[in-house]
Amino acid sequence: MSQPLDYLKETPSQTAGPYVHIGLAPGAAGFEIFETELGRDIAGPNAAGERIRIEGTVFDGTGAPMKDVLIETWQANAAGIHPHPADPRVSEVEAGFRGWGRVISDFDTGLWSVDTVKPGAVRGRSGRMMAPHISLWIVARGINVGLQTRLYFGDEDAANAADPLLNLIEQVHRRATLIAERTAPGRYRFDIHLQGDRETVFFDI
Amino acid sequence: MNRPTDEFFQRDRTWHPPAYARDYKTSVARSPSLPLLSLQQSLSEVTGPTFGHRDIGPLDHDLIRNYAHGGEPVGERIIVHGRVLDENARPVPNTLVEVWQANAGGRYRHKKDTYLAPIDPNFGGCGRALTDEEGRYFFRTVKPGAYPWRNWVNNWRPAHIHVSVFGSGFAQRLITQMYFEGDPLIHRCPIVNTIPDPRAIDSLIAPLDLNAAVPLDSLAYKFDIVLRGRRSTLFENRLEGN
Repeated sequence: MSQPLDYLKETPSQTAGPYVHIGLAPGAAGFEIFETELGRDIAGPNAAGERIRIEGTVFDGTGAPMKDVLIETWQANAAGIHPHPADPRVSEVEAGFRGWGRVISDFDTGLWSVDTVKPGAVRGRSGRMMAPHISLWIVARGINVGLQTRLYFGDEDAANAADPLLNLIEQVHRRATLIAERTAPGRYRFDIHLQGDRETVFFDI
Repeated sequence: MNRPTDEFFQRDRTWHPPAYARDYKTSVARSPSLPLLSLQQSLSEVTGPTFGHRDIGPLDHDLIRNYAHGGEPVGERIIVHGRVLDENARPVPNTLVEVWQANAGGRYRHKKDTYLAPIDPNFGGCGRALTDEEGRYFFRTVKPGAYPWRNWVNNWRPAHIHVSVFGSGFAQRLITQMYFEGDPLIHRCPIVNTIPDPRAIDSLIAPLDLNAAVPLDSLAYKFDIVLRGRRSTLFENRLEGN
């Protein structure tokens, strides 16, 4: 026998279920209750950088669009700074920039969209620059632990080629699953596939 | 990021439910089939959104009053309270806790819920609160009812409250469900049973806490939530180019 380690265990995850909207987006569930719903405005009015819209659909393993998904996004501002005290440059973040958003897929089509500013490159471990990206967290009925992934931008070829995370993906063709396609100025498309030939790369962070 | 003390402990994937759980049918087509890519954390994962009292309203934590339309909701009045801690047993202060639940009859106020139990005109079923400096939070609500769901022919969810917690970094983000001590449906539920370790299931069952009950008013249940801990490394050999 040895001394016991006295760490607590993390609370286990459970699915967000079909009615996640009641708690996290009650307007979508069909009623008004809170004065402000959180996660609606990622960048605020003062943020520098290019205003962009990202649209996409999450597909299940049968290829059907998922119409009850909730996605949260987390990103740096256009200068690559996160609005969080652990970022050494946090004092430079524009007033009103939250960096965090919450969207749901449309109940009829499964389409979701995010309006924000394009993030800048972020300094990674040991000083290596990470290409501009948005972190995503995806929950829904049938997802037992929230899925973590990243969205990169299709018009950042040089930065993406040098990105330490993308380069970790052994199967080179799977890197494309994390890259949003630029469809028009300021518009991107990012589809997420939970299974199949185009299965998105998800992370254990 | 050059400060490894910012990093979170590895998530114990054998403690959490697996993505694919055959008896929870919806998970079959909604679970990634390829392995997750293991990442060392960067600033993008150790940071996360922050919240303050300006984000929430004064009644948001009181589900008995926050959707009252001229009356009070039907059901057993309860207080749910506890602390948000990390795996080092340190409190997680100023973090957002959001909850949602069915009413006392097991019906959700949601346009997609068609269960025959009635909507309660005085019950919305959602709330939110910030933890205090010691990680404490509380809600007042009515105990939710059990309800049937389509999985096997005759599956019933145990009474439960959905709980969403942020922590201080996006890698701590967690959604779970709180169950009530003594409910015979808990161990019959395929969603509960996605969790392989019975001790992990026990950690989702809130005990009755008579000490926190309000005499002649409300019963109480205590539910502590544990988020991933942060490392505090004493010696660290840096791998070049890592």
